[in-house]
Amino acid sequence: MTAIEASKLARRRRIRGLALTFGRFAIMLATTFLGLLAVTFFIGRVVPIDPVLAIVGDRAPAAVVERVREQMGFNLPLWQQFFIYLRQALTGDFGVSVLTTNPVFDDILRVFPATLELATVGTLIGAGLGVPLGVIAAVRRGSFADQIVRIVGLIGYSVPIFWLGLLSLLLFYARLKWVAYPGRLDVAYEYTFTPITGLYLFDAAWTRQWDILWDAFRHIILPGSLLGYFSLAYISRMTRSFMLNELGQEYIVAARAKGLSERRIVWFHALRNAAVPLVTVIALSYAGLLEGSVLTETVFSWPGIGLYITNSLQNADMNAVLGGTIVIGTVFIAINMFSDLLYRLLDPRTRMR
Amino acid sequence: MTDSSSSTPESWRDWLLTAEPHSRHQARLGRAYVTWRRFSENRLAVTGLVIILALVLIAIFADLLAPHSATVGNLAGARLLPPGSSGFLLGSDDQGRDILSRLIVGSRITLAVVALVAIIAAPVGLLIGTVAGFAGGYVDAVLMRITDIFLAFPKLILALAFVAALGPGIENAVIAIALTSWPPYARLARAETLGVRNSDYIAAVRLMGASPTRIVVRHIMPMCLSSLIVRVTLDMAGIILTAAGLGFLGLGAQPPMPEWGTMIASGRRFILDQWWVATMPGLAILVVSLGFNLLGDGLRDALDPREAGR
Repeated sequence: MTAIEASKLARRRRIRGLALTFGRFAIMLATTFLGLLAVTFFIGRVVPIDPVLAIVGDRAPAAVVERVREQMGFNLPLWQQFFIYLRQALTGDFGVSVLTTNPVFDDILRVFPATLELATVGTLIGAGLGVPLGVIAAVRRGSFADQIVRIVGLIGYSVPIFWLGLLSLLLFYARLKWVAYPGRLDVAYEYTFTPITGLYLFDAAWTRQWDILWDAFRHIILPGSLLGYFSLAYISRMTRSFMLNELGQEYIVAARAKGLSERRIVWFHALRNAAVPLVTVIALSYAGLLEGSVLTETVFSWPGIGLYITNSLQNADMNAVLGGTIVIGTVFIAINMFSDLLYRLLDPRTRMR
Repeated sequence: MTDSSSSTPESWRDWLLTAEPHSRHQARLGRAYVTWRRFSENRLAVTGLVIILALVLIAIFADLLAPHSATVGNLAGARLLPPGSSGFLLGSDDQGRDILSRLIVGSRITLAVVALVAIIAAPVGLLIGTVAGFAGGYVDAVLMRITDIFLAFPKLILALAFVAALGPGIENAVIAIALTSWPPYARLARAETLGVRNSDYIAAVRLMGASPTRIVVRHIMPMCLSSLIVRVTLDMAGIILTAAGLGFLGLGAQPPMPEWGTMIASGRRFILDQWWVATMPGLAILVVSLGFNLLGDGLRDALDPREAGR
């Protein structure tokens, strides 16, 4: 066999490996999504004693209850109901919210950018501080700095976020008056500002409305920092662990023997190799913040999807709750899976053999 | 942890650390002793253990320790007293109830939630993981796919939706948290099972005619226990935080139950002027979940030295 043939064969094998990875990925994505829909279907239709009452409330007149039962197809067998549910969910039809009387999908589209903006700010803060802290902790393992990073991380794992939110509001809003509250903008701006993307920081900067940008910043900085602290706890811990792993490798010894400066070894050679699993960790913490914002949004009256879900919960608006669950679940699953795929693509060692 | 079956300190340490134990009992105690030595060197881990032991003791003797009633307050004379008032060490809430007493009695709820979730979720995960790992093939593929599906869900949101459908209450909160927390245990148990399923001792047991059920229950599950216990301990802080979060949203324990998250929610209205009403229960949650995290870290380092310091 000539060398050209061999390289051709290797290339073909690589392409087949990639195709297999993608195929597997697609199947996993599909079954996980199907599982999510099955669980929400189960929660919405099987768990409540009477799903119709759960939707219209127990004070609705008997005629209304019957009509809704007919409309929603609850007379059909369960498997048929599930297929109808699947078709509706795939077309983005989650029913109508009892509370706002809008279609749930429209409501979610309206509130989602707020959550996205908050989680993005949180992840930027968390990754921006967490990665350097983790690297420093790993390089000076066992030192005072390492202990501090460890304790800061442990407290981040242990503190109830809504409680920390309340206390920080008390300090920074009520006592020091450094930040603004509640919501995303002051009432004065609420009606004069028309958002483009719904990400207020971006919109205000794009249209050069600096006073609105400053106001939006004063609103987002406290909840964003709180979420940032939580992802910092996770990211710094994982960074430390990955870096310890890399710093023990032989190529580090080789780099030292070559006479490279310690700074270059740490921040260039080791961190670059630790970066691949770190991308996964940061993506996971981003997904976690999208979910974890439920409690934060409630504390800060942040009009995102978390507040939407909790408000709907308090008003027994099951359509809205389940719609929100599906949307957050879908985003969560997608980020989870894409980070996994990204990991496989970035790290040649994990490619399928 | 003490061993009373010994004569003098010097000889029982030798007895425990011997390289040639005479009985299974001696070997086990020896291992436990080595683990304990490693654990007790870690000051943070011991702190965690002390916190959790204190919590357990407080929960057991809550009735004796609480100076006032946890649910009936003194509306006329003791509303919203600041900390340090006579008879109210941590102050009182809007119903005139002593916050310290409520925290003490509330420790029972916290402990019960954690224990119930662990008792429900850990065996389920253990069973699914060991069966999947031991059986292999289609059983493994199907079980692990289901596990992965549950693993990919957002936990808090799913628990929220479950409680919304089941109705608020501490029992439903426990069920919801347990339903969302078994998948990591299944993965862990499967990984451990794959590690031992082809080892010689399993082959020997099989040759002796043991049924698959017996192999899984008697010879594989015990091998998974130590890593499972570590994982469950580390998860307990998360369970406490989720339960408190559900309570804060009004979906967990209902008033007047002195659940810590619910207490924070009811103190929220007074946060600007009477900060202690919401602050004290939050501190309790922080200390207890910190205790579980420290204990879990220490256990992992002691039981699995490979991962120590990570």
